[in-house]
Amino acid sequence: MKNIKFLILGIFFAIVLSKTEAISWYRFYEMFKFQSFHMFGIIGGAVLISMVFMQLFKSGKIKDINGNKIYPEQKKKGFISTILGGTFFGLGWGISGACAAPVFVILGFKLIPALILLAGALLGAFIYGILSKKLPN
Amino acid sequence: MDFISQPWPWYVGGPLIAISLLLYFYFGQNFGASKNFETLCTMAGAAKFSDYFKKDWKERDFALLFVVGLIIGGFISAAYLIPNQNIDLNPNTAQELTDLGFSNVGRQYFPDEIFGEDVVSSLKGFLILLVSGLLIGFGTRYAGGCTSGHAITGLSSLQLPSLLAVIGFFIGGIIATWFIIPILF
Repeated sequence: MKNIKFLILGIFFAIVLSKTEAISWYRFYEMFKFQSFHMFGIIGGAVLISMVFMQLFKSGKIKDINGNKIYPEQKKKGFISTILGGTFFGLGWGISGACAAPVFVILGFKLIPALILLAGALLGAFIYGILSKKLPN
Repeated sequence: MDFISQPWPWYVGGPLIAISLLLYFYFGQNFGASKNFETLCTMAGAAKFSDYFKKDWKERDFALLFVVGLIIGGFISAAYLIPNQNIDLNPNTAQELTDLGFSNVGRQYFPDEIFGEDVVSSLKGFLILLVSGLLIGFGTRYAGGCTSGHAITGLSSLQLPSLLAVIGFFIGGIIATWFIIPILF
């Protein structure tokens, strides 16, 4: 069970998101209405500190557990796919107040609604898989 | 004990999320959450319908354990770590939502108008959640990532596609909160 550490990290991450209210519908509503700094502080702070980590990965000062250099995956390029896909995701996020990781965390808070959200997300990923070759990038 | 009972401010959340990312990479994997929707489709047999899902889900067992952790962490938080769900909202936000007909604004994490038991058993309430979920699943896979993968991992590693994706997140989120929510409620 060498991967048990990911389970523990998942628990930790869920607690962080819960305690900082970063799973709350209201916090995301406030964010998209630019009425509060809270979520911008959380996400912006996470990005700024992660930038430092990325530099340490790049320079090889932080290596992974096996001593290998860490390379963040290069995201697929495509103007339409990222903007349009992002917009679809933003619509779902703005209405439900849930992004991907919180969908799983919310199961602990609101089981049935979160199961409906999750079923929708799986259906959405399934539809994407079926259409992926036909969609513009 | 305050640290357990009180919500954590943004300047605690940002660093702890960055540390989660650091550990995820340190453990040898790329930080993200939305690819799991695909993996779960593969596990459910989606490969029968499209070659897109012909992947070995066992290669992503670490990510599935992360997801199990997220679920366990959610239950632990809900049961033990959040004695009250009061949120210190901007008074304008609270007033706006009250005017739209939302009750108990800011006294819980999730509004009854979307997550309440009666609401989700109504057709409208069910569809709101299902279609939102569908947009989340479809959109994240089309864009190639979510808040974790694009906004945090992608932006911090200075990747242009992630900047475009985050612009998309905000276009969608703004349309949803400024225009769709007032129509729905």
